[in-house]
Amino acid sequence: MATNKPVDVVIVGFGWTGAIMAIELAQAGLNVLALERGEDATTVPNWAYPKVVDEISQSARNGLLQNLSKSTVTIRHHKDDRALPYRQIGSFKPGTGVGGAGIHWSGVHSRVMPQELRLRSHITERYGARFIPEGMTLQDWGVTYEELEPHFDRFEQVCGTSGKAGNLQGRALEGGNPFEAPRSHEFPLPPLTDPPTSALFAKATRELGYHPYPLPAANASRPYTNPYGCQLGPCNFCGFCSDYGCINYSKASPQTTILPVLYRMPNFALRTQAHVLKVNTDSAGKVATGVTYVDAQGHEVEQPATMVVLAAFHLHNVRLMLSSGIGQPYDPGTGQGKVGRNFCYQLLNSVNLFFDKNVYINQFMGAGGVGQAIEDFYGDNFDHGKLGFIGGGVIWGRQTGNGPVRGIPLPSGSPAWGSGWKAAVKKNFLHTGRIESQLSNMAYRGCYLDLDPTYRDAYGTPLLRMTLNWQDNDLRMSEFFGEKLSQIGKAMGATSQSGRVLKRGDNWDTRAYQSTHINGGTAMGADPKTSVVNKYLQSWDVSNLFVLGANVFAHGIGYNPTGLVGALAYWSAANIRATYLKSPGPLVRG
Amino acid sequence: MSSNDGQTSRRDFLATTLALAPLAVTVVGQTAAQSINGEQLPSSSPAPDHPSVPDYRPSYFTSAEWAFINAACARIIPADEHGPGAVELGVPQYIDRQMGTPWADGGIWYMQGPFFAGAPEFGYQSQLTPKQQYRMGIKAIDTLCHERLNMPFVALTAAQQDDVLKQIEKGSLTSTELPLSTFFSGFLLRNVMEGYFGDPMYGGNKDMAAWKMIGYPGVRADYLEWVGQAKPYPYGPVSIYGKRG
Ligand SMILES: Cc1cc2nc3c(=O)[nH]c(=O)nc-3n(C[C@H](O)[C@H](O)[C@H](O)COP(=O)(O)OP(=O)(O)OC[C@H]3O[C@@H](n4cnc5c(N)ncnc54)[C@H](O)[C@@H]3O)c2cc1C
Ligand code: SF4
Repeated sequence: MATNKPVDVVIVGFGWTGAIMAIELAQAGLNVLALERGEDATTVPNWAYPKVVDEISQSARNGLLQNLSKSTVTIRHHKDDRALPYRQIGSFKPGTGVGGAGIHWSGVHSRVMPQELRLRSHITERYGARFIPEGMTLQDWGVTYEELEPHFDRFEQVCGTSGKAGNLQGRALEGGNPFEAPRSHEFPLPPLTDPPTSALFAKATRELGYHPYPLPAANASRPYTNPYGCQLGPCNFCGFCSDYGCINYSKASPQTTILPVLYRMPNFALRTQAHVLKVNTDSAGKVATGVTYVDAQGHEVEQPATMVVLAAFHLHNVRLMLSSGIGQPYDPGTGQGKVGRNFCYQLLNSVNLFFDKNVYINQFMGAGGVGQAIEDFYGDNFDHGKLGFIGGGVIWGRQTGNGPVRGIPLPSGSPAWGSGWKAAVKKNFLHTGRIESQLSNMAYRGCYLDLDPTYRDAYGTPLLRMTLNWQDNDLRMSEFFGEKLSQIGKAMGATSQSGRVLKRGDNWDTRAYQSTHINGGTAMGADPKTSVVNKYLQSWDVSNLFVLGANVFAHGIGYNPTGLVGALAYWSAANIRATYLKSPGPLVRG
Repeated sequence: MSSNDGQTSRRDFLATTLALAPLAVTVVGQTAAQSINGEQLPSSSPAPDHPSVPDYRPSYFTSAEWAFINAACARIIPADEHGPGAVELGVPQYIDRQMGTPWADGGIWYMQGPFFAGAPEFGYQSQLTPKQQYRMGIKAIDTLCHERLNMPFVALTAAQQDDVLKQIEKGSLTSTELPLSTFFSGFLLRNVMEGYFGDPMYGGNKDMAAWKMIGYPGVRADYLEWVGQAKPYPYGPVSIYGKRG
């Protein structure tokens, strides 16, 4: 096997978290090498107009997504079932190539609720320990909102996020989210213009007594230069946002916000078409010595490094930990072990609203992150005592932009083809909006990740196996939100509603898109027995290994994850720079 | 059609941003070769323009299959008072052309065995590629039509064809060879919709007629001045190759 020249830091995966860690550590003077399995990509030529605004190549044929023929996962609902491969893209859409899912994401840019980071303590204090049902493995995350605040702020400044503060250093501000946790600065850019769905949503929810606010969006509302000196142009609501690379340098991505500056640093290097197989450790398994990857020719190469960072997206970060044998794998029978534990997802209820022919929604216009939302039912913003479930989420009226190949929603009972179908698409296309509730997903003893005993990827490595299904607590919460959605839809003036609201008895359906907000599996925490990384995202077992991504979440939050994923990467980088580099070793004693 | 239709503003903007975008890059390995030689850089042009043609000859489908595809397209999206039908817009050509893409060989799916039938929630669990689905699916439907009505699908009346397709869709009519409802909903229907509503460069949606029917402006992709107004959008569609409808 060929062995490369050693580097100070090797970063596995070059999407959002990889780019953040790379620039922060390169700026600290380290020799940084990023290994990315996919190809290089930049706005021009990859997402040039009109090449990329192509529903067939991008949406119908998954242009920017991980090629499942090379690598996928297997899925089952329960540990006694046989897991089957995720053969076609459905419920989630992992990315590939430079920029990762940071290219084809939507841009909803949230933070976290302070109470979510100490959920077990919070629920126990407010409702008593017995309120937490048997089998729900809630735990505190070991880090506080106050510690993370400067890093949330930093990531918003980098992204040029559009929004309106509701709580500026404890001061309530008109026009923002009244439930917001305190923020040190206003958003870098003002909110985007409300498309029709969002305007109707704001009016209706205000009249119902709720508190609508403009959803923070990493789609620039104005020209902007970020702290690294990268420039964004204003979003023009092109309607090709989620699933697509941005034609206008408006959606924050590694390419638009970090890479132009990083690529000029002589101590940074990128190697593409480098698929990392595992993290190598010394004979005691205590020190990472580098990684092994497969290069474009299919040859295995060893890359020695003083420090290893996993930034390969949730699925691959967890798989790499398991394949490398770092940390004790979780055993659902005994509840012992931790790698794979607390694997969670997110519940998305989606309701299409059909309006009268004089109400123009024009669903083809829109941007991934634009919308109005309410958090009256987020987290523990409402009393759960009588409701008897834990969790909550955001309800929003977003208008993300939709074209006909992506699917034209129709009222229930409409035929799927023939003249009746034609009449229905013609009548409804311009007059259809959508509202959604995006909900937390608690952690459960029986929901976890391990390696599949049967199926392998194109490199001969066992696939990651997901064992997960919706649980009673979360489905009861979902039913509660179903009622709210229907109430809001009516108040918006919809003449009919159709869609998907998860109810008791529903199983996780992997065919329909839910979201790519997959969480947990290498939880962060204060206790090395129940967490894989400490509060600085440093492996408890191998102190020169740092693990980024939503896999460090201890449960599935209701917000979109990337605001928190990005802030945690900045927080980890700041602590590496301030403390770890001066004296490498465990930042917390286990 | 206004000449100042908003396209210009974005192009101007792009030109400006391009001028400002910092020059990449310090990279090694694969990408270095590309950026240093400047030769293998991926192109910014779209896929080739292959609009529907009047005298199309299928390259994957046999003549019997081609007749089936045309007949099925004519029932799935018939020409009627609401707008043009799938056949007129070239949808069969779209489907035949797609058979030449990696997708048609299962190239973007995980196709390693073992294969087990699972609950529907676990999605597609067959080793049949799209090409094989069409080959076997059409044959199985024609076999059923022969058994019941002594004729291939194409020879049935429109009402009989609708009835056969509806029963297949519901699952009440199927084959021991392959689940026909999967062939119908997961392949045929899906591809018909793609061809009907996709860009004309892929062979369907001739003259953007499907877009005009529903009021979709195609790839204009520039709505800054319009997004805040809940009003009819005044301009007709534009295609990837810049044609206007
Ligand atoms: C359609 C869609 C919409 C989304 N919308 C939102 C949203 O509105 N708001 C939000 O907060 N989040 C959203 N997300 C989620 C967001 O994209 C992710 O949270 C974010 O990109 C995660 O960053 P990451 O660095 O962990 O992973 P990524 O950005 O995906 O980067 C991981 C990189 O690692 C590479 N890699 C993987 N395995 C290997 C290996 N073995 N060797 C080498 N390289 C490897 C991958 O190719 C990839 O480039 C969305 C995601 C999708 C798919
Ligand atoms: S909607 Fe805006 S941010 Fe999204 S891709 Fe289009 S221009 Fe870019």
